[in-house]
Amino acid sequence: MTSPDKKSDARGVGQRAVAVNAVRRARITAVTSGKGGVGKTFVSANLAAALTQRGERVLVLDADLGLANLDVVLNLTPKITLHDVFTGKADLNDAVLAAPGGFSVVLAGSGMVEYSRLTPDVRNQLLATVESLAPRFDRILLDTGAGISDVVLFAVSLADEVLIVTTPEPTSLTDAYATIKVLASQQQRRNIRLVVNQVTRLGDGKVIRGQLQQVIDKFVTPHLMDPTTPLKLEFLGDVPSDPAVREAVLRRQLLLEVMPGAAAAVAIGGVADKLMG
Amino acid sequence: MSTLSVPDKTLRLNAALQLLELAGHELPDGLTTGSQPWLQAVIDGLCELSSRDALTGLANRRQFELTLAREIDRVARAGEPALVLMADVDHFKKVNDTHGHPAGDQVIKAVAQALLECVRPMDTVARFGGEEFAIVLPNCPPAFGQTVAERIRRKVELLSIHVASGVSVSVTISLGGAFAPQWVRSSATLWVERADRQLYLAKTTGRNRACLEQSAISQVSAEEKGMLFGTSQFQDFLE
Repeated sequence: MTSPDKKSDARGVGQRAVAVNAVRRARITAVTSGKGGVGKTFVSANLAAALTQRGERVLVLDADLGLANLDVVLNLTPKITLHDVFTGKADLNDAVLAAPGGFSVVLAGSGMVEYSRLTPDVRNQLLATVESLAPRFDRILLDTGAGISDVVLFAVSLADEVLIVTTPEPTSLTDAYATIKVLASQQQRRNIRLVVNQVTRLGDGKVIRGQLQQVIDKFVTPHLMDPTTPLKLEFLGDVPSDPAVREAVLRRQLLLEVMPGAAAAVAIGGVADKLMG
Repeated sequence: MSTLSVPDKTLRLNAALQLLELAGHELPDGLTTGSQPWLQAVIDGLCELSSRDALTGLANRRQFELTLAREIDRVARAGEPALVLMADVDHFKKVNDTHGHPAGDQVIKAVAQALLECVRPMDTVARFGGEEFAIVLPNCPPAFGQTVAERIRRKVELLSIHVASGVSVSVTISLGGAFAPQWVRSSATLWVERADRQLYLAKTTGRNRACLEQSAISQVSAEEKGMLFGTSQFQDFLE
């Protein structure tokens, strides 16, 4: 046991699976959701575009090994995927593709069913992939699968920070809350970022954050190892329900590319600003 | 392995040899007193002595902490599940008060033996303090945690400990357990704290029971849901 680990425990900050000593490396942001179908991949892709516009070198890694769909959102038909890298058929460098928004992606590809369980092999492969990509970018967005399977939790444990996407719907909120609970207790996360997607009115997201924070203060923080360091939910912004989103998704184009003036696109820009600030 | 040549000087070994003799630790035969192999055997004997609890022969707290630190490193690297159990004899003070301290010692020894009989050779059973024990179980799948804790609890409950002629006592123990977070580097202190928290729970909910931390607390109670939506303007979502 080394003292930096001890220190991070004491401060209750997120624990990383492996300490990395590289001088310059990407900030790793896990994008996760609890429930599926809340627009997690839509947010990841457009957030990547927004961060790219703001000067960051961004890579989106499709860590949804079971049911990957980043390729669908970005309208890419990749020749080389993470699957080929994991099975040794291709080099990781060849799996890094240029995405429409000017950022890079590594896609999971189909046929990853065997990787939907966290075996030591999957764990090592994913870890090696992230570690080898990190020095080449300013930021890596890990687009994880929905839920709290061990693959998702492991992918999140690789990240410096966690961003949870939810919608105002009760089922989505409940699953987001459950995810927050698990991350707080299992990974000692004390700062989790929140994006509320598909709100009816801008401002609803802030109310939802307040609501979630209240429940966390009452039911999560008191049961943490160190209740004196409360778990803070940081609001990064809300994205309004916008017909433009549906249109862009159906056309399989990035909203920020085709309709940069749409309310949802502007909102994602705001999220990017907060993430960088 | 670090090696060291000892300069030819007189070493004062009387206290060390006395300690070893007192503990019943015999040096291997055929070594010339004062020779390098003999000296090594004395040092080995002292190491062994300083890692054991004098009363029970179990690993002592120092050895336990060493084992724990090693195990937590292994868990982070290999991802094998590992369990730490903290066990405490219920109402031990009553045994001491009623039957005297020698009887208390008999109880501690009997419980220690019972714990050893419940675990695998690869597990480490340690005396953590007074009537408190700690067990490290490497490579213990979460599904078996409750089973092994329950086996220990039951074994101790069934003991009839002879403490004086014609006098036998029975005791119970409470256990708390926590698994090391797999793949994630954590600290030994944090791990023991989590197990201790469960032990406290076992004590406050009636004793003579084993409480293990749930691996992931993902359930959301009705009360939590009520607070999430109940008082909000999202009432219309609830049917």
